[in-house]
Amino acid sequence: MNELSLYILDLVQNSISAGAKLVEIRIVVSRGEDRITVLIQDDGCGMTPEFLKRAVSPFTTTRTTRKVGLGIPMIKELCELCQGSFEIESQVGVGTALHLSFRLSNIDLPPMGNLVETMLTLVNGAPEKPEFLLEYAVDGDSFEFDTRQIRQALGGVPLDTPEVLIWMRDYLQEGIEAAGKLP
Amino acid sequence: MKSIADLEKIRQKTLSAVNLRRESEGTRIVVGMATCGIAAGARPVMNAFIDEIGKRNMLNVVVAQTGCIGMCRYEPIVEVTLPGQEKVTYVHVKPEMVARIVSEHVVNGNPVVEYTIGAAEK
Repeated sequence: MNELSLYILDLVQNSISAGAKLVEIRIVVSRGEDRITVLIQDDGCGMTPEFLKRAVSPFTTTRTTRKVGLGIPMIKELCELCQGSFEIESQVGVGTALHLSFRLSNIDLPPMGNLVETMLTLVNGAPEKPEFLLEYAVDGDSFEFDTRQIRQALGGVPLDTPEVLIWMRDYLQEGIEAAGKLP
Repeated sequence: MKSIADLEKIRQKTLSAVNLRRESEGTRIVVGMATCGIAAGARPVMNAFIDEIGKRNMLNVVVAQTGCIGMCRYEPIVEVTLPGQEKVTYVHVKPEMVARIVSEHVVNGNPVVEYTIGAAEK
């Protein structure tokens, strides 16, 4: 994968599969500290300590159709490659949190890429549940996107209505650019 | 500049159409969006469908996602099912192919045979 936002899309799919009601995605960029941190936190089913230990292995998956699952091992490798850190916390019945960090100037760090498409893909793929909260902050300027707020404003209109998705795309685009777009 | 207040207008405009959408059996477009699909380029394909369906304001079409279909070498994979018809599977889909799939297949009912899995396996 060649964009950080593609990894985020892939990882949040795990939260959706875990039956989360709310997924928080917090991306904080500090140019001064030369760091990006990404937090993905959900209130899904969580993992047992035994499963958590195996989660970073490419031969662990909850799928029954085959024996490999590459999402978690790929992001762990990327964090380590980019002089960052990778941590998972998880508790059954409480949820899972992924703490990722990267050195911003590391040559191997892929660009953020199209975070707008990542959010739209998530909302369109799971328009009823979970709610998504995106916080995107660059050197203190931040933008928040919260599907709870949008859902409330829409009354009974579903989030995956074509006109709503097009509105969301522009809203996300403008918010992310105002906070400070990364390459 | 877009604001949350815009949503009230969208709500008033679309609420009646949305109720209609719930009742009618529509077309389903399903994009494979597991790790394999994402790595192969499914996200821009997905968004090209959202765009194309949005532009045409086709309320009777649902763009949905699925996990790994089990043929990772053919990703991005898109399945199109028109009401009452058999599913058509498109493989190695690129965003440039989306407008044609929508206009020829979704709108006019003629599958784009050269993009299908049948053509790829020959």
